[in-house]
Amino acid sequence: MTDARQGLTGLLDTEAIRKDFPILDRTVHDGKKILYLDSAATSQKPRQVLDALNTYYERHNANVHRGVYTIAEEATALYEGARDKVAAFINAPSRNEVIFTKNASESLNLVANMLGWADEPYRVDRDTEIVTTEMEHHSNIVPWQLLSQRTGAKLKWFGITDDGRLDLSNIDEIITEKTKIVSFTLVSNILGTVNPVEQIIRRAQQVGALVCIDASQAAPHMVLDVQALQADFVAFTGHKMVGPTGIGVLWGRQELLEDLPPFLGGGEMIETVSMHSSTYAPAPHKFEAGTPPIAQAVGLGAAVDYLTSIGMENIHQHEKAITQYAVKRLLEVPDLRIIGPATAEDRGATISFTLGDIHPHDVGQVLDEMGICVRVGHHCARPVCLRYGIPATTRASFYLYSTPAEVDALVDGLEHVRNFFG
Amino acid sequence: MKLDSMYQEVILDHYKHPHGRGLRDGDAEVHHVNPTCGDEITLRVKYDGETIADVSYEGQGCSISQASASVLNELLVGKELAEAQKIQAAFLELMQSKGQLEPDDAMEEVLEDAVAFAGVSKYPARVKCALLSWMAWKDATAKALSEGKTA
Repeated sequence: MTDARQGLTGLLDTEAIRKDFPILDRTVHDGKKILYLDSAATSQKPRQVLDALNTYYERHNANVHRGVYTIAEEATALYEGARDKVAAFINAPSRNEVIFTKNASESLNLVANMLGWADEPYRVDRDTEIVTTEMEHHSNIVPWQLLSQRTGAKLKWFGITDDGRLDLSNIDEIITEKTKIVSFTLVSNILGTVNPVEQIIRRAQQVGALVCIDASQAAPHMVLDVQALQADFVAFTGHKMVGPTGIGVLWGRQELLEDLPPFLGGGEMIETVSMHSSTYAPAPHKFEAGTPPIAQAVGLGAAVDYLTSIGMENIHQHEKAITQYAVKRLLEVPDLRIIGPATAEDRGATISFTLGDIHPHDVGQVLDEMGICVRVGHHCARPVCLRYGIPATTRASFYLYSTPAEVDALVDGLEHVRNFFG
Repeated sequence: MKLDSMYQEVILDHYKHPHGRGLRDGDAEVHHVNPTCGDEITLRVKYDGETIADVSYEGQGCSISQASASVLNELLVGKELAEAQKIQAAFLELMQSKGQLEPDDAMEEVLEDAVAFAGVSKYPARVKCALLSWMAWKDATAKALSEGKTA
């Protein structure tokens, strides 16, 4: 054990936790155990979630909200039960504020389209402005670009400081009386930065703008309380929080969901249909056209149970300790430059870096040979790479099953990379 | 180690000492990107009748994409267009072989240093890196031809 590893407090019992994740025993390249450091891209899944998916398909599979037979009732109860679990997980005032989507991208696109088709006072048009940030995942940039192009609304954004924080120095010029919506990420998927929600929301509320928060990198890692956040919409995805792929969530304030128009039309979202017109079901169903991802919602419910049993605050403390250790150890690697906050303060367990002139693709390839899984590229946040004048980064991201020993293995791996290309 | 099959000495050599890098006068210019990883290349072709007088390029990317551009320059400059197209087709075939194609002598004669990329074809995520400059060259050549710059 290195000296730095002593004195780390708040770590979870990863030995026990890792037994829940079968894939962590996987070996690659002639028997090397994988070291999974890419949880910001997608998390691994515990047996409890895999079992829930299996049990659903083996015992209860039927379409929801339709049949009167037993297993159809069971499927509906499981699907709606998952909604209750998610509502409790994010402290939503009402379960009807939880909309199931297929991922966070769809959730964000849904908000953009609600506003694009809305009547006053929500309507986004050529006389209004949309605000986002340079730090966003593409999924929180492109929907707003599309809305801007289609409505003529002006798209504005906050820049990033040299040390990886949002530059809010001109907040009063960016968020103005014309602003209809401010959409930003709670935790950056590339920089790891945790953003100052309160300051932005306060200004948005001053001018009467709606606030949408991308919590994709927050929901898996910290207590997410939508009432405390005071936003109008919160989007996140299931597969980053030990749930299956194909299920995302949009939480929205009830009165907004009542007022705003649907986007996708189809089954499930209607009340009555004639050939001339239709009326719509109340939220959340108004926004869930078609057969929903039922098994995936059930899986997300199991994921929420799993995370809750460990405790989101405990997970947060664990990651804080790992991050502190990882930042310290990574900075010991010669020529390594952290892109983002080079401290453990107000940052999540996602650390991007460059390593001298060695391209991240080459870094990732050599690490893969050692079984180490990291993400390389621009992480769907190309504006951030442009901002720092780099083509790409290598990104290591940690979760509840990550250990200090994995940080050490990464640091050793990076030494090997330097020797390989040196 | 399996990694050595990708990072052949000859590839690392081209990466560290690239041939013909830098933009020079050309008949047509293209800019290609690999959106999954952010590799970029700006490439110009210069024709002298049917002969490739120059392929100049500038870009940023991993060792595979950079070395591939260097090999391309070394292989294609001075060749007739038809010959170069044959080389390009052979390289494309090799890269799309998923590691199943064992380059024989005939192929080696056509591709020269470029056969070193055979190992890369086993890594689907990296095939695009190796092909970036070759696709850019093909595109630039088509552009030059359509603009009537070659004979």
